[in-house]
Amino acid sequence: MSMSLTELWVILGCGVITVASRVLPFAFVKQVSMPAWLIDFLTFVPITIMTALCCQSLFVANPGHLATLNVANCLAAIPATIAGVLTKSLLMVVVVGIMAMAVLRYFSIGG
Amino acid sequence: MGPSLTFRTGVRDVLPTVFGYIGVGLAFGIVAHTSHLSLLVVAGMSFIVYAGSAQFIITSMLLLHDPLSAIFISTFLVNSRMILMSTSLAQYFRHESLFKNLLIGTLVTDETFALAMNKQNKTNGKLSFAWQSAANLVAYLVWGVATIVGALLGGMIADPTRFGFDFALTAMFIGLVYLQLISDRRLGLSLQLMVMIFVAIIYYFMIGLMSQNFALLVATVAGCLFGMEMKKCR
Repeated sequence: MSMSLTELWVILGCGVITVASRVLPFAFVKQVSMPAWLIDFLTFVPITIMTALCCQSLFVANPGHLATLNVANCLAAIPATIAGVLTKSLLMVVVVGIMAMAVLRYFSIGG
Repeated sequence: MGPSLTFRTGVRDVLPTVFGYIGVGLAFGIVAHTSHLSLLVVAGMSFIVYAGSAQFIITSMLLLHDPLSAIFISTFLVNSRMILMSTSLAQYFRHESLFKNLLIGTLVTDETFALAMNKQNKTNGKLSFAWQSAANLVAYLVWGVATIVGALLGGMIADPTRFGFDFALTAMFIGLVYLQLISDRRLGLSLQLMVMIFVAIIYYFMIGLMSQNFALLVATVAGCLFGMEMKKCR
């Protein structure tokens, strides 16, 4: 159990940064009434950010070159998506996804 | 997920997402352990910084003895998407006091944001302080405990990815984006699908040119602008 001075500064500094980026927008939105275009813009944030977060695990970055697919993640995503379509349950998507990935790993498919 | 917005419902609604937290939290603990971070530092990172993917980046930068300024800038960039999410989520809590707004903001994450956006589709665009706080608190505690357990188990687990737990987080986002797609009636299915395809294409081309986190921001902002234009054309 120990912590160096650098580690302490990193934790405190990064803590302030992450809390500020979460909290300041709440304070801002509470005080200021937002223009219509901004509200319109923000209605697209959920779908775009969730899509981009999915893409982050489905694509592999190759700096300077075109991206490639993360084959294992893409394959496991198929049964997970089907589970979502059939059950509309978040829990089922997660459980089926984990099982699919375990099977892929067991047979060493997709690297 | 039903229309109820109590604290108890919040706890129940967030449970499917904790699988993602546990998997990644354990992984972070194990990585931190192998990077020789003490339990105290792991706890400090998870309970004070509380930044998911940014914690992995901070750990590797600490290991490389990068300067503090570089670590701070990276943390800000990785977490800057939170500004978009918080601004988006804050609109649902304008009627609450400033203090409650700040409390909700402190513990918002990708996952609880996405969950809240799914939830408000079921409640005619309403969210409550009790429901959101329940989701935020459960996520916060599960993340912190999972990372500490991971650090304690450390060397004992040879390969945590063998059982597929690392896919939990991806599966969770797939589930959340699908539920968003079929239940957001303001935007509708075809417009959302077009926006999703556009985001995927932009992200695909951008990750060759810039860091993944920049690409994520560029694709998100471009997707929102594209969506606004498409909506006008309809």
